Amino acid sequence: MIANEAVRRLQAILPPHCLLLAREDLKPFETDGLTAYRNTPDAVALPETEEQLKQVLAACRETGTPVVFRGAGTGLSGGALPVDGAVLLAMTKFSRILAIDPLARTARVQPGVRNLAISEAAAQYGLYYAPDPSSQIACSIGGNVAENSGGVHCLKYGLTVHNVLALRALTIEGEELVIGEGALDIPGYDLLALMTGSEGMLAVILEITVKLLPKPERAQVILAAFDDVGKGGAAVGAIISGGVLPAGLEMMDRLAIEAAEAFVHAGYPLDAEAILLVEVDGTQEEVSEDVMRVRDILLAAGATEVRTAKDDAEQKRFWAGRKAAFPAVGRLSPDYYCMDGTIPRKTLPAVLTRIAELSREYALPVANVFHAGDGNLHPLILYDANQPGATEKAERLGADILELCVAHGGTITGEHGVGLEKIDQMCVQFAPAELEAFHGVKACFDPDGLLNPGKAVPTLHRCAEYGAMHVKGGALPFPELPRF
Amino acid sequence: MIELIERIRTATGPLAIRAGGSKDWYGEATSGEVLDVSANRGIVSYEPGELVLTAKCGTPLAEIEALLGQNGQMLGFEPPRFTGSATLGGTLACGMSGPRRPYAGSARDFVLGMEILDGNGQYLKFGGQVMKNVAGYDVSRLMVGALGTLGVLLQASLKVLPRPQAELTLQFECDEAEAIRRTNEWAGKPLPLSATAWLSGVLSVRLSGAHSSVAAAHRKLGGEETAHGAEFWAGLRDHRAAFFHDDAPLWRLSLPSTAAPLDLPGRQLIAWGGAERWLKSDASAAEIRARAAAHGGHATLYAGDKGCGVFHPLPEALLKYQQRLKRQFDPRGILNPGRMYP
Repeated sequence: MIANEAVRRLQAILPPHCLLLAREDLKPFETDGLTAYRNTPDAVALPETEEQLKQVLAACRETGTPVVFRGAGTGLSGGALPVDGAVLLAMTKFSRILAIDPLARTARVQPGVRNLAISEAAAQYGLYYAPDPSSQIACSIGGNVAENSGGVHCLKYGLTVHNVLALRALTIEGEELVIGEGALDIPGYDLLALMTGSEGMLAVILEITVKLLPKPERAQVILAAFDDVGKGGAAVGAIISGGVLPAGLEMMDRLAIEAAEAFVHAGYPLDAEAILLVEVDGTQEEVSEDVMRVRDILLAAGATEVRTAKDDAEQKRFWAGRKAAFPAVGRLSPDYYCMDGTIPRKTLPAVLTRIAELSREYALPVANVFHAGDGNLHPLILYDANQPGATEKAERLGADILELCVAHGGTITGEHGVGLEKIDQMCVQFAPAELEAFHGVKACFDPDGLLNPGKAVPTLHRCAEYGAMHVKGGALPFPELPRF
Repeated sequence: MIELIERIRTATGPLAIRAGGSKDWYGEATSGEVLDVSANRGIVSYEPGELVLTAKCGTPLAEIEALLGQNGQMLGFEPPRFTGSATLGGTLACGMSGPRRPYAGSARDFVLGMEILDGNGQYLKFGGQVMKNVAGYDVSRLMVGALGTLGVLLQASLKVLPRPQAELTLQFECDEAEAIRRTNEWAGKPLPLSATAWLSGVLSVRLSGAHSSVAAAHRKLGGEETAHGAEFWAGLRDHRAAFFHDDAPLWRLSLPSTAAPLDLPGRQLIAWGGAERWLKSDASAAEIRARAAAHGGHATLYAGDKGCGVFHPLPEALLKYQQRLKRQFDPRGILNPGRMYP
């Protein structure tokens, strides 16, 4: 439980409507986008001003109370999952767009601003904010910075880290850090890169300046069908080595196609083993040239069918199927568990073959949705949480898939973050010395370890136990987690 | 590598990390025994279809660029090669990017992963060879621009880009304020810009992309096409252009791209769509730094008397955390001590 002294201090700082302590008020904050994990927080602080935020952090530091930050709560790795005895500090009330500078192509925003709201506000100038995680209608830019979020256009336009120009952040020690002011680089070490993707472990973000890009003159989507997943993967490599840098390059396997088609009737070919969606954008002329090149490459790579969206409506339909892939798969099964590994693209056939084997071994269906351009694979494991042991089984299959990604030279998380979900797989990806270095970085900013404790970087002790757990097999992962 | 680890472990005093030596002049002076890392060279892997290249850090940029060129690809950040001996490691340690930077990204933007030796000679590996990777703190990118003060860079994986089919350079006569306004306005439109530079009343603009797209942008923008575009941009990229060669101190000001004309004595070359201003000036360091800061940027001394300090002074809070990071990665303070900040 949170210390009484901490609660008294918070009550003195925050007006009653900014501090939730009653169980029925706290319940909605028990989980983030990874709903398999739940833990009702002890207290939720919703400061409205930076002054309140500073005082809350000071009170937490002085009473030794841990703090977990939360944006819109759409994260998929449990990064905002409440920790026992901690204050859950929700940044939702910092939701103002402070300035848009159309000439400099920047937007200065508070962390609680929704990702899509930035593009909507910039649209009148013909500009937009490029990273577009699929939760973009709801997720906050502060959360995007914390997780270094991606989206479907990363190959060409990068992740959050490539699109943030400046940050203002506050450390638990009460120091305000002004990291950049809008120039393209900053003096000293690149703290902008270090803060981005730090999962609320180093500091809290007060303000963000993002880069805005001109809307491309034209975007064109091409759909290609393949009778073999490997051929589809090879086609992706051929497009890229052929000199085209598509804005989006997405792949779906048979199960994902069937689910999406049944859900949104996107017009996908149902006899295909895999489809590729290729979006090329740029000037009118560039797009016309690229469409022809991509068509030729796809056909040469053995596509059984290549379709260019005839009009805007068809283009939207092609994308709608992909964007609705998660909920569509959700209709096939009571629950699904979304993984987030990244692999070198050339290893795709081997990785998919092994995932199919694992799927059979565990007797759990897996649908694969793949940001093929940047190698980010989202296997969706279908299960029924009401079946005893099914959740644990799905988690074990998920862990095996992530470790498979590492074995093929990839990583356990491309864009969702480690949070609590993948903390054990960090032991597989990194050596003890590297994990120690991460703990050392954290200690530079948060010497008492009060920010989001137990997330993102495992202790060596935990890794030792994880190793043991693997030997035993069948043991429950995350034994310290309350389960509901 | 074993030899390097041994050298670092057994070092009793500071080490000055050096490979090609093309940027010996950059940064503060550092004392110490030279740690020559140039033998750690060679391209480890390159997959054109993956857009990923991995090389040991002592590999000359020239070797990397030659291989990429054979496959119709390039380093998107167009790093300076200076005398030609520049290596991958030195380029990343200095965090230097060339004319294409505002439109394609910086050196750190293209880094996917890094292997280093820390100040205890401990081997550490961060990031990887994939475009998207958010496991752990982004230590690879933290190394970029850290001037070797946080670790000896051993190996790096980079994202590379396809070379544009066509490039052409247009020139316009205009004054400084007009050049800043135009380059910013154009950057807000869907045009295939890949570099800009204003010098002595002439604005040069490079367009890159498909033939038809470059031609269409030329029609929209007007201007005079120059036949010497490639040499011009190389001269800017590698500081071989005449502008850089006289005895006046050379400053690099990194500013928000829309910052108004600086009104400082001396001559200027404005690159990066207004965001990078090269200044040849005898004005005092204090005046130049104050002007840069007032515009929301910073100033770095590239050539001249280093008594005034090379890098822009950091606010106390930032300096505190940077010093802690330095102690974390190099507790004995032996890697390039003082090369960046005292």
